[in-house]
Amino acid sequence: MIISDLGQELAQLGLGLLRALPFMIGYVLLILLFALVWRLVKRALTPRRDFTSLKTVTFGDESAVVSNTVASVISVVVVFLLWGAFTGSALLPRFLHAPGPFIGQGSFTYTVEAADGRRDDARVDVTVYDKDGVVDPAAVAPGEGIAKDDSIALQAYRSKLLLWDANDEVTRKDGARIVAIDGKPVGPGGEVETAIGRVAVTDKGTLNVVPAQGMQMEEIWLPAPEAVWHRLITIWRDGYQNVTLAEHLSYSLFRVVVGFLLGAIVGIPLGYAMGLSDWFRGWFDPIVEFMRPVPPLALIPLVIIWAGIGEQGKIILLFLAALWIMAIAARSGVSGVKISKVHAAYSLGASKVQILRHVIIPNSLPEIFTGARVAMGVCWGTVVAAELVAAEKGIGKMIVAAAKFQSTDIVIMGIILIGVIGFGIDLLMRWAERILVPWKGKG
Amino acid sequence: MSGLAIENISMRFDLPGGASVQALKDVSLTLAPGELLSVLGPSGCGKTTLLNIVAGFLAPTEGRIVLNGHEVKGPDAERGMVFQQGALFEWMNVRENVGFGPSMKGMPAAEKRQIVDHLLEVVGLKDFKEKAVYELSGGMQQRVALARCLANDPDVILMDEPLGALDALTREKMQSLVLKLWKETGKTIILITHSVEEALLLGERLLVMAPRPGRIHKEYRLPFAELGVGKDLRQVKKHPDFARTREEILGMIWDMEEEIMGQPGAGE
Repeated sequence: MIISDLGQELAQLGLGLLRALPFMIGYVLLILLFALVWRLVKRALTPRRDFTSLKTVTFGDESAVVSNTVASVISVVVVFLLWGAFTGSALLPRFLHAPGPFIGQGSFTYTVEAADGRRDDARVDVTVYDKDGVVDPAAVAPGEGIAKDDSIALQAYRSKLLLWDANDEVTRKDGARIVAIDGKPVGPGGEVETAIGRVAVTDKGTLNVVPAQGMQMEEIWLPAPEAVWHRLITIWRDGYQNVTLAEHLSYSLFRVVVGFLLGAIVGIPLGYAMGLSDWFRGWFDPIVEFMRPVPPLALIPLVIIWAGIGEQGKIILLFLAALWIMAIAARSGVSGVKISKVHAAYSLGASKVQILRHVIIPNSLPEIFTGARVAMGVCWGTVVAAELVAAEKGIGKMIVAAAKFQSTDIVIMGIILIGVIGFGIDLLMRWAERILVPWKGKG
Repeated sequence: MSGLAIENISMRFDLPGGASVQALKDVSLTLAPGELLSVLGPSGCGKTTLLNIVAGFLAPTEGRIVLNGHEVKGPDAERGMVFQQGALFEWMNVRENVGFGPSMKGMPAAEKRQIVDHLLEVVGLKDFKEKAVYELSGGMQQRVALARCLANDPDVILMDEPLGALDALTREKMQSLVLKLWKETGKTIILITHSVEEALLLGERLLVMAPRPGRIHKEYRLPFAELGVGKDLRQVKKHPDFARTREEILGMIWDMEEEIMGQPGAGE
């Protein structure tokens, strides 16, 4: 039962991947194309003569593979280009846009066959307008014959049913039915591609008009880059749901910083105790080793039950997220001290306290900083997730609230902000590490 | 009674699974103040264990170490130690490393500065005071380690293959430095080495140890350390006795290695 269900899921997944495959191949081809272009450009420039460029073996030489800045720049530009192209961004010239939805006027004809076998054609004028300009259906003269001409107006990306027999002399009740669209034979359940898009005959015999949607994303799925940017500016100025963006962000950061600091204040001494005493090691090893693999997100329900959705609950959660990481980092920092350093300090007359202060702590700082970087990253991820579940304020709360109103632009803006801040935190930690523990990896 | 006495030291410890290892058996030795002893032996002969017992890092199962009339119970500033490598504190610069012992004693800053400056001058690093230790070459790092040990003015200096990781040229310079420091400071020194040549050059007395169980195999009294003070060590190596003794000891150690390899279940 489970196996077959999971198998079905897997098959669906495979199907989805298969559908995405052409796009992925296209993207890879794009990468290779740019690589080729850059190679040609580079040939035209004066060649560099540094040591790496003189190496003949670069494939497999890890030290020769450094990130190519040009590739990084093009990559980022391409992301925005693709984003703009598939959202019809106003920032891009029109020829770079992916084909958009059909907008404007067109028509198709349908053929009715009455119960007695008489046939007649009628024309349908179709007007498709974009969401900013509602247009009423054009007035049409009914025309000759038993089937009268119709008109229909609808918004791009939408479909609309056309009751073609509303004005005709024969109706479906009389047994009349549509036998062809644009001259192509069709029956109930069938459909025909016309100049304006798909026209289908429903099971009940009415017409369903689906104008061509093109390859662009609708704003509700993916807004254009400039829309996200404008949204950022307005939200920064006016806030969202009466809470300013700065407030959302500072609440999230406050939780992360407080939770992380508490975790470090408890976790580091705990790690030291575990690294320095077999009793503490034995006591806390089972607890730490059990809690470490439990993802902090799994604790959210319990924390909400115990501490509610206020600040306390969030801080407890982040404290727990940071605690084990910091404890393990401090423990391995202590265990990593070379015994010869400790021996040397003892034979230089240092006491236990002096050895802790002057040897063990400085020796463990690089490990602790690595742990702190990981812990800050985990805390940032956890706080956003916790806010998604339940919060009054916070960047995660903002995007989940926006998602409920399908304000995709706010959601995307929030995601980008979360990414930028997470990256910023990591840069900050690396910078602090360089300044504070310059001896990292030099022992 | 002054000097260092190693009295009937035996060391036996259990392995997981019930077997036990006799690392040292009945090792006795006395060193007068200012003597320089080098210890040689194939790997597994217990020479590092012996040094760790003298340093106070290990307790012997039998026997005792007596220094200047009192028994050694643990590590202490009276017995300084120089390790092969990596025992410097990389979070301190050269000056702070050398001044570590005096700092721990709470010596006044001015006095400490004087000692550190003097020792860095002696080991030839006076222009590197503020450098991080990881910016120095291996030879310079060992100079710092020697100075750091001397800054504490210990009675005995224990050296565990201090020059083992250095290249041949640097090693020769450092051997001269060790002789110079020995002569100038008059410290009692125990030096463990793998190199027969180094043991001959630096050992006023030379101990050859044998493995399984670790024990003293033979002791020499040699003139080369005295000869080498302030001289070119390559001249000392040309001494006819030098080559003869070297061959004799090499043969001795070679035989021991053969014996180990020949034993069933031994070796690799």
